[in-house]
Amino acid sequence: MKTSLRFLLPLGLFIGLAALLFYGLKLDPRKVPSPLVGKPVPQFVLPTLEDPDRTVSDADLRGKVSLVNVWASWCVSCRAEHAQLMRLSRTLKEVQIFGLNWKDRAEDALRMLRLSGNPYVVNAYDPENQVGIDWGVYGAPETFLVDQRGIICYKQIGPIGPDTWEQELAPWIDLKTRTCREPN
Amino acid sequence: MIPELGHFSLVLALALALIQATVPLIGSFIQRVPWMRQARALAWGQLLFSLIAMGCLLQAFLTDDFSVVYVATNSNSLLPEIYKVSALWGAHEGSLLLWATLLAAWGAAVATFSRNLPLPVVARVLSVMGMVGIGFLLFMLLTSNPFERIFPMPREGRDLNPLLQDPGLALHPPMLYMGYVGFSVAFAFAIAALIGGKLDAAWARWSRPWTTVAWIFLTLGIVLGSWWAYYELGWGGWWFWDPVENASFMPWLAGTALVHSLAVTEKRGAFKSWTVLLALFAFSLSLLGTFLVRSGVLTSVHAFATDPARGTFILVFLCVVIGGSLALYAWRAPAVSGGGRFELLSRESVLLANNLLLSLFTALVLFGTLAPLIYEAMGWGKISVGFPWFNTMFVATMPFLAFLLGVGPLTRWKQDEGERLVKLLWPAFLGASIAAVFGGIFTPLESEHWFLIPLGLGLAVWILIAHMLAIWDRLKHKSGLGALFRDFAGGGRSFYGMVIAHLGVAVFIVGVTLVSHFGIERDVRMSPGDVQEESGYQFHFLGVENHRGPNYMAARGHFQVTRDGELVAELWPEKRSYFTSAKPMTEAAIDWGFLRDLYVSLGEPVGDGDWAVRLYYKPFVRWIWLGGLLMALGGLITLTDRRYRVLAKSAGKRTT
Repeated sequence: MKTSLRFLLPLGLFIGLAALLFYGLKLDPRKVPSPLVGKPVPQFVLPTLEDPDRTVSDADLRGKVSLVNVWASWCVSCRAEHAQLMRLSRTLKEVQIFGLNWKDRAEDALRMLRLSGNPYVVNAYDPENQVGIDWGVYGAPETFLVDQRGIICYKQIGPIGPDTWEQELAPWIDLKTRTCREPN
Repeated sequence: MIPELGHFSLVLALALALIQATVPLIGSFIQRVPWMRQARALAWGQLLFSLIAMGCLLQAFLTDDFSVVYVATNSNSLLPEIYKVSALWGAHEGSLLLWATLLAAWGAAVATFSRNLPLPVVARVLSVMGMVGIGFLLFMLLTSNPFERIFPMPREGRDLNPLLQDPGLALHPPMLYMGYVGFSVAFAFAIAALIGGKLDAAWARWSRPWTTVAWIFLTLGIVLGSWWAYYELGWGGWWFWDPVENASFMPWLAGTALVHSLAVTEKRGAFKSWTVLLALFAFSLSLLGTFLVRSGVLTSVHAFATDPARGTFILVFLCVVIGGSLALYAWRAPAVSGGGRFELLSRESVLLANNLLLSLFTALVLFGTLAPLIYEAMGWGKISVGFPWFNTMFVATMPFLAFLLGVGPLTRWKQDEGERLVKLLWPAFLGASIAAVFGGIFTPLESEHWFLIPLGLGLAVWILIAHMLAIWDRLKHKSGLGALFRDFAGGGRSFYGMVIAHLGVAVFIVGVTLVSHFGIERDVRMSPGDVQEESGYQFHFLGVENHRGPNYMAARGHFQVTRDGELVAELWPEKRSYFTSAKPMTEAAIDWGFLRDLYVSLGEPVGDGDWAVRLYYKPFVRWIWLGGLLMALGGLITLTDRRYRVLAKSAGKRTT
């Protein structure tokens, strides 16, 4: 009995793996809740993309409502959402759009901003994924909605579309008190 | 018309695969020789029709037939001819076609070089390969047809991804796939053996050369990929623990374990069920790699272009192949396990430890790759698996493997004495200690990984001296270089192949250790006429001029590198804008050398004629790939071992 169980073990492990993969396939990547939601943003200090001698940190996220947008110039979906970020940066004065340039080359990132406009107040430059790991970033684009206390209200995975702000993000923030809220 | 011909060829190949998967297999059970004999012809037929399909797609590329969707999305009339060929496998559909064709090629190779195998074994092996072929051909025809037409026909193609317009990457996928698909032969032999209920030394001897060939290709494919990432992505890094990279690394690890385990099964008849399991794993991991890369489950959780139907198909296919083979294993392996006995201190034990370490590391890489998914599924909280985690795991397991690498070749089969080993190995230990101390002297104490340089250098020297001792031990009763050459020319190829592959590991360790800790990367702002000093080299920036390529415009920088007033290199890094893509590409300029690379990549113009420039000094970086090449060369040499030549000869006699 014992020996035959030993030979069944690989099959058992594989069934577990297959179940996981089926689950992964079913997963709507937009619906995955981030474990960071409701928690303060992870601490970080990074040089800015625009000027390597300047740094930004999590302190720069306090006092204002921010959209922390994780992006890279190589990411096609980021390019797709870029126009929406430009629109939001013009129309949504209460919210600052903060960039986390992720696993990218500075020259590529800056070039993209020069070519297609810069919606960001500032960009943290994270080529080695040092901060991305803390934030649980697995791919770009991802966007975190952060309130003035530095609490993450919501995490948007995948590109921002024309209605994303109104339908997905805005319900999670009270723009008067500038703090997170549960959508009704 | 020609694309339809290609499509039709694929359908015919599928039909042949269906027959190949059933008729010879049934024939092997009811002992009908004519049924079993079909296998060889069918395997050749599959190759023929796959090649016709490849040819049709190639024709569409070369004639810029943009009415074929795949051509329209991956080519352009301005694309250089050579890249029109490599664009064949530049994206999903075409790479599947390449996969299916290579599978058919391996099948035809088995059909040709199996004259000395019993017919039922050949029939079963080819049937199993036919089953795998069905899966891939169906996948292509149902979800990813490379011959799909588009109407109205676009006037111009979207061009091949500029990243892929590079000789390194043109060759990388075929090499990698040859390795992936090659493991299907080892897999098919394992399944055939399980079906036949006969797992013996003969089985190991048959599947061993096939496994080695697949392993060589996979090794070369990974080396090429790493080299490409180094010079094309412009980061100067050579390995990123990216899920796609891990997808190729896991089958390699399992394949490496398999190559060693097969040696034990062939020589000593031990580890039988374990070897079979590794053969199943190596190919399963190849399939899993394909799934992970193609389904969008991991790499591109956010790439919305991926088609869920594709992911579902591969996953179902994966379940049938892997689940089915593991079920077969659970059913049949208990009957065929057992084998030669060995003592605690013996070469078997050392190789078992090697297998366990390689399997453990494979499992860790698999876990790290899937961790984000596992964490999401379980709701466990934040994902922190990344580059540093993999590196830590690598450093935690691989040094033990490197240590064993020195012990293994000197250890005797069945039983050995510790005292004998210590007596033999002390010079290696001494040399390793000296190297470690030497490495320690040059290590800055404040460095975070201060122990890694002594460790890496020590292990490399340990492996080197241990293998010299192994040669000495082997030739103890003979003398002089003549004996070495005679031994090499005679029966010792598989021994010397092993030595060279293992020395490749030592070379690799030196490269990794030195470039990780002494490599320098600097981002600077330079005006034309500026000079920057780096590790004794002066980088003179002479300026930037415009340059037109076949399908891009480039700003081309000119650098002169001098050392002590002598000109060392002229470097021309480029910043390219391809006509069809908004994304600029950086072509780094590298002056390569055996002991160091000088690497310049052009950043952005930062005003007043100044440029942001990236300067790298990479000591010993070539050793990383040199090590990989030596491993592949070692594998190649073992293939020329006498026992395979004798087999081939006797096979020749039998057929004539």
